[in-house]
Order: sequence, then structure tokens, then C-alpha cells
Amino acid sequence: MNTDKLWKRFLQILIILIGISFLSFLLIFLAPGDPVTSMYASTGMMPSEEVINETREELGLNRIFIEQYGTWLWNCLHGNFGNSFSMHKPVSELLLSRLMPTIQLAVLSLVIMLAISVPFGVLSAVYKERPVDYIVRGISFFGISMPNFWVGLLLLYIVALKLRLVPTVSKEAGFQQMILPALTLAFAMAAKYTRQVRTAVLEELNQDYVTGARARGISESVILWRHVFPNALLPLVTMLGLSLGSLLGGTAVVEVIFGYQGIGNLAVTAITALDYPLIQGFVLWIALIYMVINLIVDISYEFLDPRIRRKMR
Amino acid sequence: MKKKQNIFLKNKKFTVYLILAFGIILTAVFAPQIATHDPGEAILTEALKAPGNGHLFGTDKLGRDLFSRVIYGTRASLPATFALVGSIFLIGSAIGIVAGYFGGWLDAVIMRIADMMVAFPGMVLALAVAGILGPSITNAVIAVGLVSWPKYARMARSLVLKIKYEDYVEAAKVTGSKTRHILIRYMMPSVLPTLVITASTDIGGTMLELAGLSFLGFGARPPVPEWGLMLSEGRSYMQNAPWIMIFPGLAILIVVMVFNLLGDSLRDVLDPKEEE
Repeated sequence: MNTDKLWKRFLQILIILIGISFLSFLLIFLAPGDPVTSMYASTGMMPSEEVINETREELGLNRIFIEQYGTWLWNCLHGNFGNSFSMHKPVSELLLSRLMPTIQLAVLSLVIMLAISVPFGVLSAVYKERPVDYIVRGISFFGISMPNFWVGLLLLYIVALKLRLVPTVSKEAGFQQMILPALTLAFAMAAKYTRQVRTAVLEELNQDYVTGARARGISESVILWRHVFPNALLPLVTMLGLSLGSLLGGTAVVEVIFGYQGIGNLAVTAITALDYPLIQGFVLWIALIYMVINLIVDISYEFLDPRIRRKMR
Repeated sequence: MKKKQNIFLKNKKFTVYLILAFGIILTAVFAPQIATHDPGEAILTEALKAPGNGHLFGTDKLGRDLFSRVIYGTRASLPATFALVGSIFLIGSAIGIVAGYFGGWLDAVIMRIADMMVAFPGMVLALAVAGILGPSITNAVIAVGLVSWPKYARMARSLVLKIKYEDYVEAAKVTGSKTRHILIRYMMPSVLPTLVITASTDIGGTMLELAGLSFLGFGARPPVPEWGLMLSEGRSYMQNAPWIMIFPGLAILIVVMVFNLLGDSLRDVLDPKEEE
């Protein structure tokens, strides 16, 4: 990617970020619940009208919207996302402590997902319209229609409660605590990706170079793994990037089921407690990470596909 | 009439799924007739009864009949899902058509907003919106709708851009057709099939998203018999009463699967090229 394009992209990200920050701020500004009341409620106090007003003044909640937004944004740019109402800690500290577990979970689930979907997708494409293909497609269709929280509950029930292979709920974030949530997340994704791998491989198999290779007498397995596979994998990179991004925010349901102490779980707690600074921080952080991942994906495309690399020059 | 019959006979798969989908809708309509008990009636002495013995699916923690609640669950999920998919379909495509046809600053503003929504994991924003607006099915629908319309807008826009400069559109303009007439007579029909396919394949996924929000407590509130909510209630009784979390999940699976199959087969009917 040349610098010109990179700058353009950077500017775009900046505009989108400002938009999203504005949106999340506006949303909370318009929300029906009162943050000060909920802040005190979380400590179990019932403050007088006077105290509430004082706190509002202190937090700057009595000022006009645009002023509040400006102050908030200015602080955010200095790395100060405010203090969580309900947990009385800096937002960035809370988010940072929960980010790692979620990233680990997301990566593990992606690895499991690939281990399932790549072999089955290729199998399904190579044996198109044969029994294997129908079985794989049938199962993947099943997987797409299955609510992931239900898969989680069933896994929890069977593996943790009936077979007692892992503890049901645990505070630590070790591998043992990760395996069930990761499997749950991988399950639904694997269904989607298996179809994707199948389509991609099929598309490549129809290309002229495959016919050419066959004519030259190159063995099917070499064609498949040396020629078709790398090409088919390319579109998956974009999808993987997008999946990683949405996993960071979308693990909430699964994290809640397994009591996994990740960022999604934190977000649900924050939303339930109407902890506005924490919600805003969460939304902004995820947006930023998501866009950075997308940017990396775009750039990595260039390294992976020589055709694009050449076009860029 | 004869032509219509042909469509259904030619696409047997589609017809079968359509009938199944109608069956599900009828279940919602005739829920009071199908249900064996009042879904809201709590008899604490009957709590956590296993399936069988007058309760086909057993009872929940308050002694409510699970079968009746699962049946009534169609009444919570289907209207919400249809309303959601229907409105994002209408609003999204209308916005997309307008943006694509008129172009200029209007297009730029609309598309930047759409970019903003797309450049962002939808579930996060939906979660935040649903949580902040307060838990209710309506708010969950608004939340998911808010993050889903750009998909339709972008699609409609790109389709409009494709035909905007076609000769017949230019001809319509030259012969003095009103803009509204062009939009409705020329733009809509060319945009519709693709968007209808998208909408119909989105029904299942949307249902899952709404159930997910309810599961987290940001959608339906007790005592509404909603499947996601029922699953989350069943979570605490998993050890002693696993049926509470099995049957609502099964219901979601079946309904979502039928609508997914219907969507896929509709694509084959409307767009035969895509068939492999």
C-alpha cells in the first residue's frame, strides 16, 4: 500500500472513530436511566437530592451536550476514559485487564474453527455431490441454525455436569476454562467457514490453470494442495480478520454462560449497571481494535497476493 | 393461475419449506388452541416436573407448563423477527435507492454513516443500544435494526448505480417521467429480487440475534415466554431440570433452520444462476 492510500485510510478511520465516539456519547446522553442514581445505587446508598446535584456538577453532567462531549473526547485522547461508576476503577485499567483473556479465547476458537472447517471444506469440495459432501453440508447447515448460547449450554451440561471433565465455572482464565467457550464459538463459525472453504476451493478448481496442470499430468493431490489450496485460502484471510474483530465484541454471550472473565462479560456487567464511562470506553476500544485489524488485513493482502502487489506499484 | 401452480411444482424444495414455514406461523396464530396449559399460570407445587405426566415438556421453576410456553414462544419471536427484517429491508433499501439515484452530498453523508456502522462489530453496538434503552423486545428490535440497515442500503445503492445510466432510464428521463415514477417503476424492480433474497436469508440469523439479546437479559422480560429468555432461566436449573434448557433451544433450532432453508431455496427460485 503506498503512503497516499495509507493516509487516506488513516483519515477514514479517524472520521469513523469520531463518528462512533459521538454516537456512543449521544446514545448515553439520551438514555432514560440517570447515571448518578445508578452510580449511588451500586454502592447501596440512597443519597439526597442535594448530593445528587453536587455529584452531577462534579461529573460535569449539568453542562451542555457538546461541551460534555468535547471534554470527554479530549480526555479520551489523553488516555483517560474516566472512572467506572460501578467498579470505581479507571476504565482503561478495567478494559486492559479483560482484553487479554478475550483475545486468547478468540484466537483459540479461530484455531479450533480452522482445524475443523478447512479439512471438511476441502473434502466437501473435492467430493462434490457425493455422500461426504452431503453429510458435511448437512451438518454445517445445522451448525448455522444453532444458537451459540444453546450450544454452550449443551456443552456445559454434557462435558462439565455429566462427564465432569472440566469445572463448570471458574474465576481463573487458564486453558481448561477456555476450552469449552472456545469450542462453542468455534462451532458456529466452523459451519460458516466450511461452506466458505468449499465454495472457494470449488471456484479455484474450475480455473484454467487446474485444467492445464491436469493436462501436464500433475497429480491431483499436488494440484489441490500446492496450487488450489493457497489460492482458495486468500479470501479466507479477510474473513478471518473480520471474525477476529467481531469475536472481540461478540463473545459476550458465551463469556456470560461460562463465567469467563473477558471483555464481553465486563461489557454486559457494565450495561446492566448503566455504567456509562465503561460502556463508552468499551464501544470505543472495540471499534478501534476492529478497524486496526481490518487495516492489517488489507495490508497483509498485499503480501499474500502478488497480483495485487504488482498492481499497486 | 396455471402459471402460479407451475412455480410451486417446479420448485418442490421451496414449496416444502414454504409449507413448513406456514406451519410455524400457524402455530403462533393458533397458540391458544395448541397449548395444553396457560403459559403464564404458575403452580409452585408443580415446579421442575420432568417431561411426561400431563406436561409434555415438563415444567419450569415456577411450575409453568414448558410445552405451552415453547408454543407461545413463537408469538414472541416471529412477529419481532418479521417486523425487524421487514423494516430494515424497507428503510435500508429506500435509503440505498435514494443515495444511489441522487448521488452528491446526500449520497456521501448516507454512505459515510453506513460505513461507520459497518466498520464496527454489530453485536457490540446492538448490545449497548439494547442495554441503554432498557430491556424490552421492542428495544432489542430497534438495537439490531440500527446496526443492520446499512447492509441493505449499500446493496440497493450499488444495484441502482449499475442501472442508473442505462438507456431506458435515460429515455424515461428525457421523455419527462417524474423522479418518483422512475424510482418506483425502474429502480425498485431491479433492486428488489436481490434484496428479497437477502432479507429471506437474514430471517434465521436475525432470530438468533434477538434470542441472544433476550438470553443476556437485554430483550424480552419475564414472564414473557421467549425462547432466549427461557434458556437463560433454565441455565440455573441445568443440574436438576435439563429439559428447561433443551426444549426452547430445540424450538429455536427448528424454526431458524426452516427459515434458513426457505431463504436458500428462494434464492434458487429467484436467481437460478447461483445454483451450483
